[in-house]
Amino acid sequence: MRRAVDQDRPSISFFINGQRFTGKLGDTVLTAVLTQAGHLRTSEFEHQPRAGFCLMGACQDCWVVTEAGPAVRACSTLLEDGMAFVIEGLPGT
Amino acid sequence: MKNFDTDVAVVGAGLIGSATALALRQRGVAVVMLERDLGGSRASGVNFGGVRRQGRSPAQLHLAARAHPIWADLKAKIGIDGEYVRSGHIKLARSQADLTALAAYAARVADFDLGLEILEGRAFRERYPCFGPEIIGGSFCPGDGQANPRLVAAAYAQAARQAGCEVIERCPVTGITREGDGFLLRCGDAVAVRARRLVNAAGAWGAGIAAALGDDIPMRFDYPTILVTEPLPPIVSVNIGIEGGGFYGRQVERGNLVMGGGFGVASGDGASRPDSGALARIGGRAAAILPATRHARVIRIWAGIEGYTADKNPFIGESANVPGLFHAFGFSGGGFQIAPAVGEVLCELICEGRSSTPVEAFRPDRFQQQSAEPGRTP
Amino acid sequence: MSGRPSPEIRPVVVGAGPAGIRAAEALVAAGLRPVVLDEGERAGGQIYRQPPAAFSRSRKALYGFEAGKAERLHATFAALRAHIDYRPRTLVWNAVPGELHVMGDAGPATVPFSHLVLATGATDRIYPFKGWTLPGVFSMGGAQIALKAQGCTIGETVALVGTGPLLYLVAYQYTKAGARIAVILDSARFTDQIAGAPAMLRQPATLAKGLYYVAWLKARGIMIVNGAIPMAAEGTERVERLVWRTPAGEGRVACDAIALGYGLRAETQIADLLGCRFSYSAAEHESLPASDATGRTSVAGVYIGGDGAGILGADAAEAAGTRAALALCEDAGLGVDGAATGALEARVGRWRGFRAGIRRAFPEPVAADFALADDVILCRCEEITVGALRAACREDGVDELNRLKALTRIGMGRCQGRMCGPAARALLAHHSGRSPGDVGRLRGQAPIKPMPLAPMPLVFDEAKP
Ligand SMILES: Cc1cc2nc3c(=O)[nH]c(=O)nc-3n(C[C@H](O)[C@H](O)[C@H](O)COP(=O)(O)OP(=O)(O)OC[C@H]3O[C@@H](n4cnc5c(N)ncnc54)[C@H](O)[C@@H]3O)c2cc1C
Ligand SMILES: Cc1cc2nc3c(=O)[nH]c(=O)nc-3n(C[C@H](O)[C@H](O)[C@H](O)COP(=O)(O)OP(=O)(O)OC[C@H]3O[C@@H](n4cnc5c(N)ncnc54)[C@H](O)[C@@H]3O)c2cc1C
Ligand code: FES
Repeated sequence: MRRAVDQDRPSISFFINGQRFTGKLGDTVLTAVLTQAGHLRTSEFEHQPRAGFCLMGACQDCWVVTEAGPAVRACSTLLEDGMAFVIEGLPGT
Repeated sequence: MKNFDTDVAVVGAGLIGSATALALRQRGVAVVMLERDLGGSRASGVNFGGVRRQGRSPAQLHLAARAHPIWADLKAKIGIDGEYVRSGHIKLARSQADLTALAAYAARVADFDLGLEILEGRAFRERYPCFGPEIIGGSFCPGDGQANPRLVAAAYAQAARQAGCEVIERCPVTGITREGDGFLLRCGDAVAVRARRLVNAAGAWGAGIAAALGDDIPMRFDYPTILVTEPLPPIVSVNIGIEGGGFYGRQVERGNLVMGGGFGVASGDGASRPDSGALARIGGRAAAILPATRHARVIRIWAGIEGYTADKNPFIGESANVPGLFHAFGFSGGGFQIAPAVGEVLCELICEGRSSTPVEAFRPDRFQQQSAEPGRTP
Repeated sequence: MSGRPSPEIRPVVVGAGPAGIRAAEALVAAGLRPVVLDEGERAGGQIYRQPPAAFSRSRKALYGFEAGKAERLHATFAALRAHIDYRPRTLVWNAVPGELHVMGDAGPATVPFSHLVLATGATDRIYPFKGWTLPGVFSMGGAQIALKAQGCTIGETVALVGTGPLLYLVAYQYTKAGARIAVILDSARFTDQIAGAPAMLRQPATLAKGLYYVAWLKARGIMIVNGAIPMAAEGTERVERLVWRTPAGEGRVACDAIALGYGLRAETQIADLLGCRFSYSAAEHESLPASDATGRTSVAGVYIGGDGAGILGADAAEAAGTRAALALCEDAGLGVDGAATGALEARVGRWRGFRAGIRRAFPEPVAADFALADDVILCRCEEITVGALRAACREDGVDELNRLKALTRIGMGRCQGRMCGPAARALLAHHSGRSPGDVGRLRGQAPIKPMPLAPMPLVFDEAKP
């Protein structure tokens, strides 16, 4: 995922595996993570990295676990300041 | 119109019909099995998958005991193991009264060798850290287990077919008449089957088939409801029930938690659906019983259709009014584990007129003749 | 007769895209106050999707040629807000007669209805190929959403794979946004496109836009390969390369992202749960809720319009949404102008003709076209391979989709077969020797999308069944 246009928006911070990252107001969780990391989750059976697919809430392949416990569907959840995610296979786990 | 002439016709290719057909074929009896939908697609294929003896009435435990070794060697019988695992079954207690009830049950069924172990206090917590604080103990049956009904039910029907049974699917029986000593079954204008004996294994629709031949057998429909979560990390391996009912659950090897509790509603024309409160009810209970599931998501919900009797025991046996008609329906939510044995028993009843397993308690006319003469043990 | 709406009429519209907004508009005009439910953050649906508020691009930048229509639709919706009960971020996860079960910001709730307009739109139609689950592979619609709603492209060097007009639109939009297009692989052959042209002339403006994009792309030297079938997305951690095949041989190109899509498929689960009759459309290659030109389904009080009733595009969706709402008004005994309904039906009909041309120009690839190896993942949720499907067909003689589901788990995962369904059906038809219409369909099941197990307080209630 590469930022292309309309990126002049306020920064907000979030965490992946305890490390601080910066996203932008209006980013979805998917955008914020995938512009800086390779994947969102690991598949259950083949243990392969997955990074969403449909971006419209249809494929359900972008659920990201939060530190608090509940998972969020990354493509349809707006990033909020201080959100903290746990993503297997990224630095920090 | 396709015509068949056979020894035994079976209505319904659920587990009961298929297990019966398979047993009959293994004795060389000619069988035609008629199924309205696809074999194993109704209760037998959509149930919870609990392969459990614990909790059954002593009358049913004879059947359960006979089925028990068949499950362990399912592959020999139907070609697949059906994901059967002897995971044990625990019936949970929320109160001292529950524990007392579980202990009383254990005493009542002591003859059946279930190996029940009542657990409470620290021993319980240490063995099962997964259960929430409202759960204070339980009764553990080490030999019970679980299996995948989708696979088992389809494979039983397929095994019957491979053993030489004519299995006709998408073929609803629309008319049954007596013809001499035998029966004539019709599926619209498509199929006609003449048979000397008839097995009514039509599941929740069994009472309807019985009524068509003049047997008035009381049964009611209900719609047990199942929820499945997405795959979760391992939480629990034992099959779970709870004293008093209202919840059952198991985590399958792939990680999904399958659970049920309570009943849905009919939605017309042989269909059913969960009631509006199903998710909140079952999900809420699951989260209380297994706190690690509280952030899980549910990905499938459904309700099956099952026939229930007044005493929760099935009807198994030859009709008192219609010789040659054998009923096997009304399993009241518990037919999965015992089905392999029921098939063998029916085969014995048909071929020998008696069964080596006591089934007197399941006489189809038991509600008509409350004062049945006690001398008729098989 | 023209009367005041009775308070017993409780209309609900699901979907706030072109169809749903126009339906709500017609209901409000008839004096009703519909509930409008949409899972999305903001109204507009797919084509006129609005980015989150923090973005500042102009409508012209967002919607290009369609900016005027987008502006009108958004303005209509803004004006409606005071007259409707709009509930954004609200998923309809189950439907039973007279009642929708929803999940919104405030948790689960029940929304009763007397009349229901379904305007649930569509998602991408996908055919898998080797490596399609690698990070960097997105759906075609997803690629467009990344740009429209997030100002992002899915990569620096992007390959576009599939068929349909969206392929060229996305390529155009991506190029303008600074991405490099590695290749456009269109499974349609050039001759298909010629064959589709006459019918597409029914909407000359739309055809002209399509031709404009292709000419624009060609002028920039962007490689377009017709009659191409993707063979593999290769890479270790993410996509690095795309390999394809044409009758002329194999091709490959380096890329860091791939967009995949073969047109769209309708979202029909709610109609299914409500017991609407479905029929297989050979033209659309999917089972759709049966509906007449007015949008009435087989279930009284349930209406359907827009892409959720079968793909006809955004302009048709607006007309069909209005028409469905007017059918509701007719059935509710409210006055409706007969000339208006006829005109709306004619408008939708013209798009139907155009759509037939699109279908000819960008035909559904047939299962035999895909040299799908047994180890290709068909279902990305449950990670079920094409080989498992073939084995079920071969060994168990499966010839029906729900039996296939029971034996292989196809369609049982989180997405309920949205991604694998079309391919599973095509492959099953191919291997069982039956037609796609005869192998049945994956039935919609609750929950329509994953639901939290315990959105409520965690107590074991005392009610014992
Ligand atoms: C949700 C649910 C959970 C359950 N959980 C468990 C459990 O954990 N453990 C357990 O032991 N039991 C359980 N049960 C009970 C168990 O599934 C049933 O008792 C058992 O499957 C009954 O088998 P059957 O063959 O009689 O019924 P079915 O599988 O329903 O088969 C009857 C067949 O007859 C066919 N039929 C009906 N009418 C006609 C006709 N006119 N012509 C042709 N065919 C006809 C039907 O289509 C059907 O396929 C559960 C049941 C349900 C619904
Ligand atoms: C990603 C994508 C991009 C597209 N881009 C273009 C384009 O550039 N040009 C073009 O001509 N056409 C495009 N199309 C086709 C175009 O979207 C449609 O023709 C048009 O938007 C259809 O309008 P509609 O109202 O029928 O559905 P949609 O616009 O899809 O609206 C449906 C709405 O229903 C909501 N919804 C669905 N199910 C539920 C539920 N269960 N609960 C709550 N809400 C629900 C959705 O959130 C959505 O907002 C695109 C389609 C997609 C999927
Ligand atoms: S990317 Fe498909 S649901 Fe989020």
